[in-house]
Amino acid sequence: MGAAARRWLLIAIPYLWLLIFFLVPFFLVFKISFSQTNIAIPPYLPVFEWTDGFAVWMEKLRQLSLDNYLWLTEDPLYFNAYLSSLKIAFVSTALALAIGYPLAYGMARAPAHWRPLLVMLVILPFWTSFLIRVYAWIGILRREGLLNQFLQWLGVIDQPLTIINTDIAVYIGIVYSYLPFMVLPLYAALERMDESLIEAAQDLGCTRLAAFWKITFPLSLPGIVAGCMLVFIPAVGEFVIPDLLGGSDTLMIGRTLWVEFFSNRDWPVASAVATLLLLILVVPIVIFQYYQARTREAETR
Amino acid sequence: MRSLGNIRRSFAPWSDANAKAMISIRNVTKRFGDFTAVDNLSLDIYEREFFALLGASGCGKSTLLRMLAGFETPNEGAILLDGVDLTGVPPYRRPLNMMFQSYALFPHMTVADNVGFGLKQEKMAKPAIAERVAQMLKLVKMSEFAGRKPHQLSGGQRQRVALARALAKQPKVLLLDEPLGALDKKLREETQFELTDLQYDLGLTFVVVTHDQEEAMTMADRIAVMDAGQIRQVATPAEVYEAPNSRFVADFIGSINLFDGEVTRSDAALTELQSPEGFALRMVDGQSRGIGSDLTLGLRPEKIAVTHTKPNSGVNAVEGEVWDLAYLGDMSIFHVKLDSGKIIKASVVNASRSGSEVFTYHDRVWLSFAEDAGVVLER
Repeated sequence: MGAAARRWLLIAIPYLWLLIFFLVPFFLVFKISFSQTNIAIPPYLPVFEWTDGFAVWMEKLRQLSLDNYLWLTEDPLYFNAYLSSLKIAFVSTALALAIGYPLAYGMARAPAHWRPLLVMLVILPFWTSFLIRVYAWIGILRREGLLNQFLQWLGVIDQPLTIINTDIAVYIGIVYSYLPFMVLPLYAALERMDESLIEAAQDLGCTRLAAFWKITFPLSLPGIVAGCMLVFIPAVGEFVIPDLLGGSDTLMIGRTLWVEFFSNRDWPVASAVATLLLLILVVPIVIFQYYQARTREAETR
Repeated sequence: MRSLGNIRRSFAPWSDANAKAMISIRNVTKRFGDFTAVDNLSLDIYEREFFALLGASGCGKSTLLRMLAGFETPNEGAILLDGVDLTGVPPYRRPLNMMFQSYALFPHMTVADNVGFGLKQEKMAKPAIAERVAQMLKLVKMSEFAGRKPHQLSGGQRQRVALARALAKQPKVLLLDEPLGALDKKLREETQFELTDLQYDLGLTFVVVTHDQEEAMTMADRIAVMDAGQIRQVATPAEVYEAPNSRFVADFIGSINLFDGEVTRSDAALTELQSPEGFALRMVDGQSRGIGSDLTLGLRPEKIAVTHTKPNSGVNAVEGEVWDLAYLGDMSIFHVKLDSGKIIKASVVNASRSGSEVFTYHDRVWLSFAEDAGVVLER
């Protein structure tokens, strides 16, 4: 096999992977989003069969319509769910950044022999199932939970706080779950920064704080963008956390999707919701990719 | 003091009793845990001086420079600038600027923004900043690169930008940490002279840290040879080379042959040693030494003559066998093994294209040197 052929094979593997496990399922969902519900297996119409022949296929294609998308615009539930998801994801990302930046900064400034341990501590929660960790928060946040007991023992509050089944619990859950995804890219950006840059800034007349804002912060921007995207994108579509920690009025698109798919068995509308969610997320993903490419470009030159 | 070397300096405030030091380092000690990086060190540096701190890595030279810049605080002692104690003054308020070994150029800013950074912190007006930046870039011959980012520059160009940035605020003193360390040999040699010219033209005080003795000798007015947190000798390059005050300095600067011996005769003019190898060494010393005391004669390779025949005078001459030789173009290096087994290094300048005397391995040769060629070192 020639060198060129081997190179193409190497390039083809990840693209083939994406084609099979991402693009094909997406097109299936995309197609279903134009179908109608039907009480059958599968629960939608039309169903394309290999044995149909060209004429039947054309006939079935004509049955596809935009009805489901129109339905999404008619019922304000969906619009509100999207909006609420974006809001929750945005606030969670901001909180994760506010907590994660000082954490990553402290890690990057720690003595070099401590850093691997600190990085491991950040990754450590992944050793336990995500679902179990979210369940554990129920035990902490519920009315008779650890947090309320602790605060009452301290005497800060007389009556237990209602945190579980509110948006606050959802914020806590998302920030907790996605914090490592914020910390790690920030740490990577801060850790490789040359300490002498800060000294040079101080030498040229900056206080430590001014040196941080003029040097450290702009140089950590790629890390900030990467961290925010890694938190924001999965948070928008999050289902487990709002379902377990959120209240009945916590509106998130992941939950709406679940209800459409499994409770209402309305696969076509659920597919339309999923397709629209993807379109909404494409914008931040493109921004993320742009920054990644730019950082890589600056490094290789 | 006799004049040493062949360069006479008209600038020598350190030998003027009335001259006031610009930087005064007084009994400064800096410890990191159990390690003493700088040990009770005192030093005066004068205005317009090009001063070099020379030493091997870990000798404390960089720590001393960082204390001048304000990045480290002395555990004991004080550093004075024009009579003002700098202790407790943060780096951003010190009228000194530093050029970093890594250059520490801000990667997200253009060359012009890097150079103007310090001026912007001073809240200088924009047109004035632009003017000064242009002036600085012209000084270091980097005007056409003003819009580039640091990663688009070569190592030598970055060095120039770092220099321009450090000079832009017109500091009283410029501190340079291994300023030429990252450059290749040819560029380093060119830049050495450019730096000294620049320092002279601007009338600034430079304090440079280096491990490269050639660099220190080329550029500096005075050199402080450092070892284990202390200064072993502070003197002009010629003094450090021709009149080292100790075996350490003699050995550290350049290469040298050391002959141990016992004083057999000594007066104000001449001192004679009997070496254990069995020959007599006679040299001009300038002071009377005690008969029977142990001394060392230090002799630089280039001060030894190599001949096939025994020199006429017969004084300060010793016979040996050519053990190794190397032709370097401008000179040739001989390693001559004495009958005692001691190896002596000698270098001969190749003044004519065809050597008047030709040597090869295992030739019997005579090594000889003048009575004022060596330096007497106490053991």
